[in-house]
Amino acid sequence: MSPRAGPTRFFGHGLPYAETANLQGTLISIEGTDGVGRSTQVSLLKEWLEVQGHGVIETGWTRSELMSETIGAAKAGHNLNQLTFSLLYATDFADRLEKIIIPAMKSGFVVLADRYIFTAFARSVVRGADPAWIRNVFGFALVPDLTLYLRVKVDTLIPRLMRNREIDYWEAGMDMHLGTDLFDSFRMYQTRLIRQYNSMSREFGFVAVDASRSIDEIQTRIRRRVQSLLKAREGGTPQQPLQPPHPPLIFHGERKEHDRQSGTQQATGGSHPT
Amino acid sequence: MPGRGQSGHTTLQRGKLIVVEGIDGSGKSTQIKLLHKWLEAKGRQVFFTEWNSSTLVRQATRRGKKKALLTPTTFSLLHATDFADRLTYNIIPYLKAGTTVLADRYVYTAFARDIARGVDTRWVQELYSFAMKPDVVFYFKVPLTVAVQRILSAREKVKYYEAGMDLGLSKDPVESFSIFQGRVLEQYDRMAAERGFEVMDGTEPIDSQQQKVRAIVERLFTRGASAERRR
Repeated sequence: MSPRAGPTRFFGHGLPYAETANLQGTLISIEGTDGVGRSTQVSLLKEWLEVQGHGVIETGWTRSELMSETIGAAKAGHNLNQLTFSLLYATDFADRLEKIIIPAMKSGFVVLADRYIFTAFARSVVRGADPAWIRNVFGFALVPDLTLYLRVKVDTLIPRLMRNREIDYWEAGMDMHLGTDLFDSFRMYQTRLIRQYNSMSREFGFVAVDASRSIDEIQTRIRRRVQSLLKAREGGTPQQPLQPPHPPLIFHGERKEHDRQSGTQQATGGSHPT
Repeated sequence: MPGRGQSGHTTLQRGKLIVVEGIDGSGKSTQIKLLHKWLEAKGRQVFFTEWNSSTLVRQATRRGKKKALLTPTTFSLLHATDFADRLTYNIIPYLKAGTTVLADRYVYTAFARDIARGVDTRWVQELYSFAMKPDVVFYFKVPLTVAVQRILSAREKVKYYEAGMDLGLSKDPVESFSIFQGRVLEQYDRMAAERGFEVMDGTEPIDSQQQKVRAIVERLFTRGASAERRR
């Protein structure tokens, strides 16, 4: 696979101390609310890419070596607040970014991220986080080459989810005390989340896929987008933007200042163990 | 967002938040213990909270440090999570109840260490923007050689992250400790000037340092009391 056209892009200041100049791989994130069928689509996509001969690495929300146990225990304890909730996710994501995503990108893998930082944005903002604050927290994240957004209406989601399995405390946003029972709470919470995803879809240029369709139809659309992304990159031609460019997420300052600082720190900073 | 200086809807007088800062071996913990004793002896309600002590991320931090899994970013975020948890459960509620809160290290420890580790300055400052401003920050300033000597005589060996061994500055832990703590010291000195810390000479005898600390805290309470009367 050809090297990336242009320098590696981060949402904010990136990782000033780390070597991230030459990431050859492709980063695809799959977003969408709970129960929308993300994981099914990710595994079908992975299968298809592997059949085509691509090396694929999958990474999932809260599955980091460092944090998965802690997050599980914290969620079971139900004593998280908006800040700790957001920061636990950020720590998990940072661990996976530096230990899984970036190393895989260096080796030319296609990285499939089942949820990305947008999940954290949506969940934190509906819990009252300052949108600018949470975007700064995740300023170390890589900008994906493609973000697929499985879009669904809450009324399509409800029968699908409640037929098949139990709704979990956090999927229903029970910590937010929105309704008296699980159903009311779930409906209100998911409505708010979906509103966040929809508004981010414009802000960050997601590629939306109608998730009310059948699994096969959704997968076909996904493959078409991924195919053209990979073709553009293999051809060695500068990648055609499949989505509007992400706006820079620098707050209270200008990008120049950040770039200058990152440069100096990179020159003097040491390495960290692998 | 909590912590942006709101005092709640209570008629109680908000407690004072007193912070001690300084590099390892600067003597700040000794000083805050003595201050604690004195305040209690004077009949004040005091709550003490310490950096990196919440149970929420204890297991992850311990494992991350033991197995050297932490990067500058995850190191920073774990400590921010610890701080956010303690701010919500141990700092804000007590201040609202009028209790004096003593904090052994505060956000400045994160700024100094994380910037010394190479994270972006503005990123870490924004990360902690939910923190409330303390009423006073005592900075115990000691020359690097003194701190190194104190740490080495008190412990058999320096800890991996305390020595900044994760940065690959030197294979020798003592040398790495000196280089890393030197960087941390630079950050503290810069903040002390910019943020108006009460700078204490950490090489002075313990009791004379403590007298100065108490005098400053005394003034803080009288000032608060007179402001309250004027209302």
